[in-house]
Amino acid sequence: MKITRRRAIMGAAMSITLLAAGCSGSDDAATTGGGGETVSEADVAKALEAGGNLTVWAWDTTITKVAADFQTKYPKVKINLVNAGTGNDQYIALQNAISAGTGVPDVAQIEYYALPQFSLAKTVAELDGFGATALDGKFTPGTWNSVHAGGKIYGLPIDSGPMALFYNKEVFDKHQIAVPTTWEEYAAAAEKLHKADPKAYITSDSGDAGFTTSLIWQAGGKPYTVDGTNIGVNFADPGAQKFAAQWQKLIDGKLLSPVVGWTDEWYKGLGDGTIATLVTGAWMPSNLESGAKAGNGKWRVAPMPQWEAGGKSTAENGGSSLAIPTASTNKALAYAFLKYTAVDEGAPTRVAAGAFPATTAELDAAEFKGKEFPYFGGQKVNEVLAESAGQVVTGWNYLPFQVYANSIFSDTVGKAYLGQGTLTDGLKAWQDASVKYGTEQGFQVK
Amino acid sequence: MTRRSWTGWQFTGPFLAVFALVYLAPIIYSAYLSVFRTQLVGGTSFVGLENYTKAFSDPQFWEALTRVSLFLLIQVPIMLGLALLVALAIDSGRLYGTGFFRISIFLPYAVPSVVATLMAGFLYGVRFGLVGSINETFGLNIADPLGPDWILTTIGNVVTWQYIGYNMLILYSGLKVIDTSLYEAAAIDGAGEWRIIRAIKLPALRGPLVVAGIFSIVGSFQLFNEPQVLDSLAPNSITTYFTPNIYAYQLSFAGQQVNYSATIALIMGVATMIVAYAFQRRSMKGTL
Repeated sequence: MKITRRRAIMGAAMSITLLAAGCSGSDDAATTGGGGETVSEADVAKALEAGGNLTVWAWDTTITKVAADFQTKYPKVKINLVNAGTGNDQYIALQNAISAGTGVPDVAQIEYYALPQFSLAKTVAELDGFGATALDGKFTPGTWNSVHAGGKIYGLPIDSGPMALFYNKEVFDKHQIAVPTTWEEYAAAAEKLHKADPKAYITSDSGDAGFTTSLIWQAGGKPYTVDGTNIGVNFADPGAQKFAAQWQKLIDGKLLSPVVGWTDEWYKGLGDGTIATLVTGAWMPSNLESGAKAGNGKWRVAPMPQWEAGGKSTAENGGSSLAIPTASTNKALAYAFLKYTAVDEGAPTRVAAGAFPATTAELDAAEFKGKEFPYFGGQKVNEVLAESAGQVVTGWNYLPFQVYANSIFSDTVGKAYLGQGTLTDGLKAWQDASVKYGTEQGFQVK
Repeated sequence: MTRRSWTGWQFTGPFLAVFALVYLAPIIYSAYLSVFRTQLVGGTSFVGLENYTKAFSDPQFWEALTRVSLFLLIQVPIMLGLALLVALAIDSGRLYGTGFFRISIFLPYAVPSVVATLMAGFLYGVRFGLVGSINETFGLNIADPLGPDWILTTIGNVVTWQYIGYNMLILYSGLKVIDTSLYEAAAIDGAGEWRIIRAIKLPALRGPLVVAGIFSIVGSFQLFNEPQVLDSLAPNSITTYFTPNIYAYQLSFAGQQVNYSATIALIMGVATMIVAYAFQRRSMKGTL
């Protein structure tokens, strides 16, 4: 379930561009309304009775078991589970299928930051009429908010990424550094660590859009305002500036390792102690366990460093939902699978397989909170992570074209990580480029 | 009364059908797409030539075009010069083990460019790889070959390494078709090796050099794989508009601006044709 933002390596660019161009027939997705469909519980039951084929696009490996269980329970349903790529790769494939009008799955995994792009174009179905409104209260407020757009529900949360500080305790103990509770202390720890061991860095960051927006989110920033097709982008926002000022210190002090995330080198650094911390989403433990085996027993989890001493604010990083593309011909059955996976039997199954839940029932379950992680020296990691889930700052919005905005992050903010200009300059350039794109795409941008 | 014979058409028909399907149809469809605009809000509308006027005043497109032009002007002469040198050296007959020499220079061409670039990326990494080791061993601080200032040079290096052998082979085959009696005649007249190169070999290589040049022009304008692969190692050095092809890729896949992307692709196609044609006209003047 790793959230990579790596661009796909593609050969033969032009032929592919032409091919893609050739596939995008009459693209009037933005004008067709998918909303307002009403499917009663009886319809869903009938669909399950009738059975049929369901194509599910998801990269989350814990869904495999859920799909198998679902087919055992409803033998007439045949689920075709496809891994069409992780994150952005899958959205490209999905967007192409939607444009082409063929090969669209019945269910697709979509991260929260990407969902607005699909809900705005109404290429994923509004779920209010399917009975999704009745699920109010089943999910954590942060994730439930994330699947809403314009007051309507467009997906069901399947996992979440409330953030926490993952740190290599062995490194901290060796250099007698206290675990930072504020970002001020975090910067001080970064300096102390790098001075004690020039090969070691507090963390690696060469510019990551998701991380940047999450930290601004935690700082109380609201750089994006979205009201239908009226949007605003403002990185002069106090929260964004708070982040820029603090993080600039780490860049200027050369205290961040430039190793690119999710590479072999990165995992190696996490294992051997040269990358000492990670501030990231609650989905991280299983990635550490499988990717950085050398760090076994050394890592611990602490609450996310705060912007104010004594504060209790966190943000989400990553996390995804399941949505039903408007082009699906079997929406009632698709919704049955959604509900099964997100709230019914599927939720505990997925937690047992290592997913971090978005449902309050699973988060509060005693066996979930009490689970001891050998990788983390027997620490009850989920206690820290579940606490973070309840402290996520509310009111955050992503842009309806966040996938695109994130793709140009390295063009703009990325420069600051090379020492060309400051983060504030970079964020301003990112803002300008996002505004330009938004205007070109017909949004009212202020 | 003349009866039209369809025999010719029957023979060329299969080719023409495939040609129309895989060459003409995509181009026509791209041209069709390029006169529309699809917005996330507002859907699709006919915009005439607006995408074209936009492209000509698009600073990102110009930056990309300037970059590949620079690449063309610097990397291609170096690469062809080296290839020429190697071809002449092998042809001179004064080298031992020419077969081995020839195959080892040609071998990089057999390495897929994605693999070649990854290899170069690891070689040039300042924290791992060769550059990192040199810096560490000698306490140096060599400029980061994957930094934004040097990345184009690094790509040029990779491309040169890959394609010298290929171009060498084109030139070498040009040398092999020269009638050896010319050399004998030149030797009788007292011409040395340099004289033979200047008076016989180079003029004979004019055609092959033009062919190699045109391939290189097309290759430079279509630069994509190398920067795209390096993007995963040095994301801040490779912008999303690093080359025209990367820009077109970004526009259609990340930006969903398929129409504008088709416009860029068409402009680049036409630009490549013009440059290649001008090059051919100029260099073949007086020979054809």
